[in-house]
Amino acid sequence: MSTTTRRSNGPRTPQGKAAKFFDDRLNLAGPMRKQLNKVFPDHWTFMMGEIALYSFIVLLLTGTYLTFFFDPSSAETVYHGRYLPMQGIPMSRAYASTLNISFDVRGGLIIRQIHHWAALMFVGAMLIHMFRVFFTGAFRKPRELNWLIGLTLIVLGIIEGFAGYTLPDDLLSGTGLRIADAIMLSIPVIGTWVSFLVFGGTFPGDVIIERFYIAHVLLIPAILAALIGAHLALIVRQKHTEFPAPGRSEHTVSGERVFPTYAAKAGGFFFIVAAVLAALGGLAQINPVWLFGPYNPAQVSSGSQPDWYMMFLDGSTRLFPSWEVRLWGHTLAPLFWPTVVLPTILLTLAIGYPFLEAKMTRDTLPHNMLQRPRDVPVRTALGVMALTFYLVLFLSGGNDIIAKAFDISLNAMTWGGRILLLILPPLFYIVTYRICLGLQRHDREVLEHGVETGIVKVLPTGEFIEVHQPLGPVDAHGHGRLAYAGTQVPKRMNQLGAGTPLRHVRGFFYPVKEKPEIQAALDELEALEVDQHDVQHQLTD
Amino acid sequence: MSTTRSPAGVSAHELRDMTPEQAMLAGTEADGVHIVHRRDRFPVRGTKAEKRAERGVALAFLVSALAGVGFVVAFVALPFHWHLPGTPQTFRFYTPALGGLLAVMLLFMGVGLVLWAKWLMPEEEVVQDRHDEPSSEEDRLMTQATLAVGLEDTGLPRRSLILRTLGLAGGAIATVPLVAMVGAMIKKPGKQLEHTLFAPNTKLFPPSGRIPLVYSDWRRVSPDDLLPGSIATVFPGVHEEGPDGKNGITSAASPTLVIRLRPGQQIEARKGQAGFGWPPDAPEYLAFSKICTHAGCPASLYEQQTTRLLCPCHQSQFEVLKDAKPVFGPATRSLPKLPIDVEIGSDGRQYFVARADFNEPIGPAFWERS
Ligand code: HEM
Ligand code: FES
Repeated sequence: MSTTTRRSNGPRTPQGKAAKFFDDRLNLAGPMRKQLNKVFPDHWTFMMGEIALYSFIVLLLTGTYLTFFFDPSSAETVYHGRYLPMQGIPMSRAYASTLNISFDVRGGLIIRQIHHWAALMFVGAMLIHMFRVFFTGAFRKPRELNWLIGLTLIVLGIIEGFAGYTLPDDLLSGTGLRIADAIMLSIPVIGTWVSFLVFGGTFPGDVIIERFYIAHVLLIPAILAALIGAHLALIVRQKHTEFPAPGRSEHTVSGERVFPTYAAKAGGFFFIVAAVLAALGGLAQINPVWLFGPYNPAQVSSGSQPDWYMMFLDGSTRLFPSWEVRLWGHTLAPLFWPTVVLPTILLTLAIGYPFLEAKMTRDTLPHNMLQRPRDVPVRTALGVMALTFYLVLFLSGGNDIIAKAFDISLNAMTWGGRILLLILPPLFYIVTYRICLGLQRHDREVLEHGVETGIVKVLPTGEFIEVHQPLGPVDAHGHGRLAYAGTQVPKRMNQLGAGTPLRHVRGFFYPVKEKPEIQAALDELEALEVDQHDVQHQLTD
Repeated sequence: MSTTRSPAGVSAHELRDMTPEQAMLAGTEADGVHIVHRRDRFPVRGTKAEKRAERGVALAFLVSALAGVGFVVAFVALPFHWHLPGTPQTFRFYTPALGGLLAVMLLFMGVGLVLWAKWLMPEEEVVQDRHDEPSSEEDRLMTQATLAVGLEDTGLPRRSLILRTLGLAGGAIATVPLVAMVGAMIKKPGKQLEHTLFAPNTKLFPPSGRIPLVYSDWRRVSPDDLLPGSIATVFPGVHEEGPDGKNGITSAASPTLVIRLRPGQQIEARKGQAGFGWPPDAPEYLAFSKICTHAGCPASLYEQQTTRLLCPCHQSQFEVLKDAKPVFGPATRSLPKLPIDVEIGSDGRQYFVARADFNEPIGPAFWERS
């Protein structure tokens, strides 16, 4: 009896049997359905974090490939590979194996280049993602923890990138490492000890490639992966924020379910990001180490640039005045301020901002709805100020190249950078603040008076007026009664009515003609939907 | 609202009688997920529009697969070995070809997936409850009590002896790995940063111990090698490796510039460095550390016209005629000057030697530097 019931209830298909196998052991049915049904909101600005995540995955894949061929050793060897211009030149095995990956390993060069492009994209996407979170207020309670994790990820990502950039042991990376050593040496009291600890003696020593290697392929990626996991777990736990819109509230999240639509879109987006990286890796040369030569402390190439995420430090170093402090027989190097103190201040400000803002605005409530930047003028202006400061530093990191390109003296570039660094941020603060207020005012104006139609009418009095289309019910004076709700306000006539689903005309060159019986069925359905729609309206009005 | 609300908590029996669609909806309701709007994009099956969409997605996947095949063919068949310029340069197409094909394969996979979701899967608008109410007062009270009683059970608040000794043991356990790991890496700086391999060495070069100046290929540097206004990078001619495994040429502290002034050019020597050039009374040859005093890049560009040395890293400029004093940029200190002299070699020619080490540490500043 029992056997027959079990048989009639039990799954018969292979998938069903597999599902039962796992469910019997792990009790998955409930929790799994919850995840499949989980709702994710959609907005193009939410893709920045995704790009960072997908770049990281590409980094893991390509990086693992590189470890199969890369030889992390400072030991000296003489080059005998396919790249003839380097034949017989003594160099480190790290550099030789990087040449090897580029010239002797089939397809090695493209993987190296994809790896490097993905590193640039990874840090860049994180930074843009951070600004998205900042300008929309997504860092507010309850999401401060993810703000902090995100900042840690950016810092670690930059360190990881620098470590990777150092590994090939070419002239450029060695020069960067030399400067990193000088930065360590500049730290008061412990600087020399830090430098000797890292390099195992004086620069460059013979352990640095080996140490950076293990940090680059194991230590930092493991921490990054753990933090990314925590970052995502918090998003799942706290659910995504969303922009306000009709039908949305603080207590719900709206969008698409993970299975199948969101999963298909997100999976597709991963491949698109990977495709862009593959195209860059194949078509755009990056870090051609064979042109730089092996590291040699006596040589440097002019006009050389670090990876972009290091440029702002390069810029701050170039702009900072040459102040050296001598105290009681000790030296405080000028390098200390722009490369240690300045980034520490920037990071501290970023860490403290969510808490500071909550304190200043006395805001203790949790928030799930994003804000439009214009609605929070002070924050937006502060963000633009920070961005301006960063950009001046960034551009100053390449001021010799700009000077050359536009035939400006370097002296002028340096002084210009110093002055702009002090003047532009406050100026942009004021301008941004004004723009925000202007945009706010225009939103209110449209809500009150309606959208400009572009139709000009002559009144019997001879007066010309432009006809405005009210957005909703109006009072006796013809003023709109809609309150601003933190959502986009339509400003042009063709933006009106976008809330109702649009029926696309199918077909690209000409409308598609369906077979008569199918067309009939379609018309019938459409009529039915319109009916339903009307009924709903009558019910809700 | 036309939400198909199914009562949460339907029985298995009821669920079995439902269509899959109904059972799915019951599941969403059970999870606090409300489908506000759900509409099949092709309620009538087999329309031309549907077939067109389906073919579009399939075409994307097909292109992806073909690009994959193309990648494998290119990977195996295309030439990729580097050849000298002047010979056929077909290898230059290898990486772009792979990149292009890889990108097409990935892109069309991605585009296919996205279009599939956008064109063919039902359009849905779904609202999910956040369930983000703060913990209930009851939960808070009970958890608080659980923690308090648990702590009481351990007796820690009363047994301060255990608390303190536990703190000590915990501190030890946290510290020991740190000490062991970091301790193993600590290297006492000592005086390494204050000296270079130019320091006189009577063992290697008896009797005077003066170190010869050499080029990077160990040839000795002679005054005749340099034309007026020219410059050369030289090193201490020490073959023996130091404790850091570096010899005179590979050590990062070694690179030094010898500059030959043009006739008529005179230098304003810094205090205590008057006789460092050669000849000592009317110096024509000067030697400075090549390592920038700012952050350690080689200050390698010499502008003959302005007699300035430029560091390409952050554009510090050093005025050679003022004993390499920094005149622009972030560097704060002059390039250290090497006291040089000339000896007659076994071949009868004149060669440079260092009379002594630099009289100050070369390169970037550090705390212990006085
Ligand atoms: C998470 C972020 C990562 C970043 C930002 C990053 C960045 C970089 C960069 C900029 C380079 C220099 C590439 C070049 O030669 O042009 C590099 C090299 C390298 N990376 Fe990564 N990487 C990351 C993760 C990984 C992982 C997870 C692995 C291995 C498991 C790895 C393995 C390597 C190896 C072996 C090299 C040296 C090979 C070479 O330069 O040709 N990387 N990395
Ligand atoms: S290292 Fe020479 S200017 Fe900075």
